[in-house]
Amino acid sequence: MQTDAAVEVVGLVKRYGSKTAVDGLDLSVATGTVTAVLGPNGAGKTTTIETCEGYRRPDGGTVRVLGLDPVTQGAALRPRIGVMLQSGGVYPGVRAEEMLRHTARLYAHPVDVDLLADRLGLGSCGRTPYRRLSGGQQQRLSLAMALVGRPELLFLDEPTAGLDPQARQATWELVRELRADGATVVLTTHQMDEAEQLADDVAIVDRGRVIARGSPEALCEGGAENTLRFTGRPGLDLLALCKALPADAVAVEMTPGSYRIEGKVDPQMLATVASWCAQHGVLPDRIAVERRTLEDVFLELTGRELRG
Amino acid sequence: MTATGTFTPAPGTAPLPRMIVAQTVLETRLLLRNGEQLLLTVIIPALLLWLFSAVRIVDTGEGERVAFLAPGVLALAVLATAFTGQAIATGFERRYGVLKRLGASPLPRWALMTAKTGSVLAIEALQVVLLVVIALALGWSPHGNPLVVAVLLVLGTASFSGLGLLMAGTLRAEATLAAANLVFVLLLLTGGVLVPLDTFPEGVRPVLEALPITALAEGLRDVLRDGAGTPWPELGVLAVWAVLGLAAAARFFRWE
Repeated sequence: MQTDAAVEVVGLVKRYGSKTAVDGLDLSVATGTVTAVLGPNGAGKTTTIETCEGYRRPDGGTVRVLGLDPVTQGAALRPRIGVMLQSGGVYPGVRAEEMLRHTARLYAHPVDVDLLADRLGLGSCGRTPYRRLSGGQQQRLSLAMALVGRPELLFLDEPTAGLDPQARQATWELVRELRADGATVVLTTHQMDEAEQLADDVAIVDRGRVIARGSPEALCEGGAENTLRFTGRPGLDLLALCKALPADAVAVEMTPGSYRIEGKVDPQMLATVASWCAQHGVLPDRIAVERRTLEDVFLELTGRELRG
Repeated sequence: MTATGTFTPAPGTAPLPRMIVAQTVLETRLLLRNGEQLLLTVIIPALLLWLFSAVRIVDTGEGERVAFLAPGVLALAVLATAFTGQAIATGFERRYGVLKRLGASPLPRWALMTAKTGSVLAIEALQVVLLVVIALALGWSPHGNPLVVAVLLVLGTASFSGLGLLMAGTLRAEATLAAANLVFVLLLLTGGVLVPLDTFPEGVRPVLEALPITALAEGLRDVLRDGAGTPWPELGVLAVWAVLGLAAAARFFRWE
């Protein structure tokens, strides 16, 4: 299969016994981009990633990573990818710096270990055994191990789970730098802001399939409506305002003097509201357009009920 | 974000010998740093050798007690490192995803197993030196061909490694921990290590003689105490265990 995509998954099916974890999933990752795979727990994110890494044999469909079959051509693929597992992967008694140095020795042109440890704030805990590192330090070590070999393609399974805000920012910076330097990154996350901040492309996965796909902006624009809020004099005649607005727009006074209009918020609507206010001698204070967030999109698509 | 070039992709595998040496050194260092492992592989065998030689706890038959005990304790040292120690360490590496993560690195699985064998042999070399020094201090005068001794030790290592890896690759880590220690104690008591085989009822002796620990202890004793040539029956028993154990481990070992 000749392709420019770093990852090309077509119709992937993976079953564990009678349970279907991945059910006809398609995913294409362009070289040099950051792709976020979003989805609730049990959606099939990790199974998909681990199939790309060569850990699982697909029950159906095809998987090509850097043009290679991860199962049969794993030996050629492994030096070219960097893997961060969701948890574990490190000897309990090994020291952080020792593990990173060792991982670097398995590659031909590793990143400078001291520099990397420094960037990820691992310098101070270099002598600490893995089992005594904090959860965040363990995550950062695992991330460092994924990128120390200068891979073309990185699979990061929940890279910022359990990190404090500073460490999360440092990780985001690193991912941006990886992309700027020409690497391709596929990451899974539960955090919408992470996908919005980092990803060129988002794939929302649910029940083993990709149910939405696109840039964060495109996903937030499409479909449902946005909101316009403003405050002004209480008791405005909203019926009259609604007549001036498109038919599907709805205006409500939330609390006295605080108004919300839901509908397709575009420049035209904003102008209509402003001129209507001008005609009625109202100064619309604190006027604000609220766009749908990725979280709204995600919850609309995957539902709000908790899943067992 | 501008490109800094720090992470510009430059993938590639390190040369195989460098990877194997690095992996062997790391695993050996981790074993030497682990207190429980050292207790098992170094302190217990050394203590038993000294204690049972110095004090008449069991009747070891004719001759110096150390002449009977030194070969048995050398066999025990191999059991401790190749079987019990390796099973426990590998079981927990499997449980903590170390084997899984290494599986995504350029290090091939066979190279990982080579490194594990290398680190077992390195620890055994340290044990042999230490135990021989203690035995000599206790008045031991060994006989026989050192080369035959080396062959016995290597074949013993192969048979215990196969069984240890079989256990580590199929059971839960906690079950491996318990079972590997239990097997260690049972073989220590019944495998001709400290207690002569003729202490046991005649009916069970053939069973005991078929155990790898007994074959190793008795084979070493034939050579080191009695100055025998090549103990073929014992080498045969060890070879059978080695083939069976390693084949079963290769067949049933689960990496995750």
